[in-house]
Amino acid sequence: MEKSVKVSRPFVDDLKHTAFLWKKSRLTMIGSVIIVIFLLMAAFAPLIAPYSPTEQNLSNKLRSPSWQHLFGTDQFGRDIFSRVITGSRIALWIIFLVSVISGSIGIIVGVTAGYFGGIVDEILMRITDMFLAFPSLVLAMAFAAMLGPNLTNTIIAISIVSWTTYARLARAEAIKVKSQPYIEAIRSVGGGNLRIMFLHVLPMCISPVLVQLTLRMGTIILTAASLGFLGLGVQPPTPEWGAMVSDGRNFLIDQWWISTFPGIFIAFVVLGFNLLGDGVRDMLDPRLRR
Amino acid sequence: MSDTLVKIQNLKTYFPVKKSIFSRKLFVKAVDDVTMDVPTGSTFAVVGESGSGKTTLARSILRLIEPTSGQVFFDGTEVLKLGGKDLLEIRRKMQIVFQDPYNSLHPRKLIKNIIGEGMKIHFKISETEIRQKIGEVLQEVGLRDEHMFRYPHEFSGGQRQRIAFARAIVLKPKFIVLDEPTSALDVSVQAMVLKMLKEIRVQEKLTYMFITHNLSLVDYIADRVAVMYVGEVVEMGEKNTVFTHPSHPYTDLLMASNPIPDPKFQREKRLLKGEIPSSINPPSGCRFHNRCPYADQRCTDEAPELRERSPGHFVRCHYPL
Amino acid sequence: MELRGKLLDVSGLKVSFYTYRGVIKALDGVEMWMDSGERLGVVGETGCGKSVTSLAVMRLIEQPGEIQAGRVIFNGKSLLELPEEGMNRVRGGEMSMIFQEPRSALNPVMKVGFQIGEAIAKAKKISIKKTYPEAKEMLRLVGLDPDRVLNSYPHELSGGMSQRVMIGMGLATHPKLLIADEPTSALDVTIQAQILELLDELARKMGNAVLLITHDMGVVAEFCDKVMVMYAGHSVEYASTVRLFEKPMHPYTGGLLLAVPRVGRTDELKAIKGTVPDLVDPPPGCRFHPRCPHVMELCRTSKPPLIQVEPGHYVACYLYGDKKEVREDV
Repeated sequence: MEKSVKVSRPFVDDLKHTAFLWKKSRLTMIGSVIIVIFLLMAAFAPLIAPYSPTEQNLSNKLRSPSWQHLFGTDQFGRDIFSRVITGSRIALWIIFLVSVISGSIGIIVGVTAGYFGGIVDEILMRITDMFLAFPSLVLAMAFAAMLGPNLTNTIIAISIVSWTTYARLARAEAIKVKSQPYIEAIRSVGGGNLRIMFLHVLPMCISPVLVQLTLRMGTIILTAASLGFLGLGVQPPTPEWGAMVSDGRNFLIDQWWISTFPGIFIAFVVLGFNLLGDGVRDMLDPRLRR
Repeated sequence: MSDTLVKIQNLKTYFPVKKSIFSRKLFVKAVDDVTMDVPTGSTFAVVGESGSGKTTLARSILRLIEPTSGQVFFDGTEVLKLGGKDLLEIRRKMQIVFQDPYNSLHPRKLIKNIIGEGMKIHFKISETEIRQKIGEVLQEVGLRDEHMFRYPHEFSGGQRQRIAFARAIVLKPKFIVLDEPTSALDVSVQAMVLKMLKEIRVQEKLTYMFITHNLSLVDYIADRVAVMYVGEVVEMGEKNTVFTHPSHPYTDLLMASNPIPDPKFQREKRLLKGEIPSSINPPSGCRFHNRCPYADQRCTDEAPELRERSPGHFVRCHYPL
Repeated sequence: MELRGKLLDVSGLKVSFYTYRGVIKALDGVEMWMDSGERLGVVGETGCGKSVTSLAVMRLIEQPGEIQAGRVIFNGKSLLELPEEGMNRVRGGEMSMIFQEPRSALNPVMKVGFQIGEAIAKAKKISIKKTYPEAKEMLRLVGLDPDRVLNSYPHELSGGMSQRVMIGMGLATHPKLLIADEPTSALDVTIQAQILELLDELARKMGNAVLLITHDMGVVAEFCDKVMVMYAGHSVEYASTVRLFEKPMHPYTGGLLLAVPRVGRTDELKAIKGTVPDLVDPPPGCRFHPRCPHVMELCRTSKPPLIQVEPGHYVACYLYGDKKEVREDV
């Protein structure tokens, strides 16, 4: 009886390798740092925010940044710093839900289309094409306007326009996977289509979709912010960053801080996700993994 | 159980190929009217090069690819007509081991799930019993119990093939198709796997169909052999008969082309000229006629039938050697 | 210092690959030598380093790999010391190489004729247009229809035909040495026979030496005059083909020959126990020692040198320790 191969603990090795690559790219590290700050901010928002984000204090309105109000106050006397910090929670919530919803829809549609092929594939892909035919922001605006402007509908609207990319990715992966010998093997053992599709093909399609999800998180925030800015998304007094930028439009010249700070935060977080996403994509590219 | 476990009759598997909407329908005639009998308890080798159809034949018997026409009898039951539960039952009795050790085990699943899945589909037994059976079968192929808690990439090629084989035998099948099971392995590892296959066939009273392009392996492991060329069986018989008296010119030249690991062996330089023809548009008459050193006009015009030359020895040739 | 091989002499070649898993010590003091017009077969199993050796000789080892030590003398030149331009002239000129997957070696979007032309043009320093007559002649030489093949794209050719094109390109510049890395492993048996026959015929006509890398003992027996057996980055045995099969001296060689099936063989196949070692953490001393039935204490600590045991027959094994050493340890 032969001895087994030395256990190489491939997942641990893989993690070590990933960490090694991560350290090599300064930009990826910067991106990661930004995101970590963002996550911490969202997690500890109520502890960090010195004031309530919605409490109005009209005697204190339009104050410029100072030690009591780090980012100043808006036209209702609300502390902008607290609003921005709380806004990060909303941003995170939106990213999370949109990712889960659009990712799930995308994977299921993609795997079904890729696995069955033929007419099922045709129908599903034509539906996907219909959604892809519109610029995503325009379509999101249309849905938001149709459904009505609030947080839930923003999430729904963005999810509806986002799932198509994942469907295509999942479909491509499913097509590759379904002709592999290990799938034939399950069929030979008696496995049926549903079992194969959900237990064997689908798990293999999750990684590429996950990577894409990470890459698009920046876009999600931007879309939400755009909707918010246009008044089609989250409504006041909820401190969503885009809506906050919109709020300060009339005060841009004299009270620049109302729009600027939320704007800067949007920019930073999107930058962070983009840097991180690029890094993740490069790290996972098998040819670049050296 | 009868003498013949698997009876294949006039099996055809054609794949449609469409060049454009305007051209007429073309077919890749991968398996073109194949008839063979696999005796119970034997190892039946199917030899051929690319395009011979041997791989498609293996998959067609198991219905991993649906044949176009013909019949396959497994222990008397007509396999191609089965559906639902009956097909599932037959699936348990007919198994396959694939060529590629690196792609025939699901990369994201534990060995215990890979081997155990079949049991979950076919039987209603507890997790404990499943683990026990997996442990037994792993030991039978020369691995250890604890290996069931690992992933495929932790194993070498030879070990993976053993795992693939363990997966095949855990359901206690009667018939296993081995599709080039050692082609991707090093010589010394191949020897281990072949020995294991031989031993377990006897132990578990199995019948094998062994697909390969390597004649040396056929000599080592097979009882009967069928030689395929461009979708047809050109010669079939007892291994010793075919090897000592190859009757089809292709078999003869195939053997002559096989490099012998003995520098002192003086071989006559007899080469098979030309390229292997396509299965979409095979040559007229005898498919081998354009490369055959002995072909004449009859070979171009008339396709030969598979005829029994001596008891159990079949050749498809107008002028068998 | 006296060279064993008049055309090619490799000694003390060490190559390592720096990966995140650690350092893969692929070659640990490999030795190899050939004379003009000779056919040397390099055999070994996965991980033995046979392909890495040939890439090192051609100086085609790239990051994360690195040649760390050794000496390669080819036709009087010390290859590892040549500047890149000089090496570029040698590659594809006096020394060329063909690979296992011919279709991967050809550019899929360029016509075959153009690619052959490139090879000739570079060596002869003429324009590609002028190379066509020669390219046609070369295609005829390798048994292909020139007009048909010159204008084809690689995917239109079969495996055997593509390999013929590669051989043609490899020999177009009349090299002194053709390195063939598993040239027939991806081909059918009958096509393999044709290709080996072609290599044989051309080598006799053009007088080039052939370094054939393979794992197939049958191919070695038929084609090669001499054999070098490698295991896990070590050269373990060298002899004439006839002698190696007759009297394999290294336990690995013996084990390998007992495992090879052959038509007509009646005894049972014997496998070598154990598995090929992980080259990040290879066994100390003789890398074969964990699997060797004759292992001794010395084998575990010290790497046996390659010594001549009988005329033309070299082994790296302490079982034959008392023979004269031919070279100093690197």
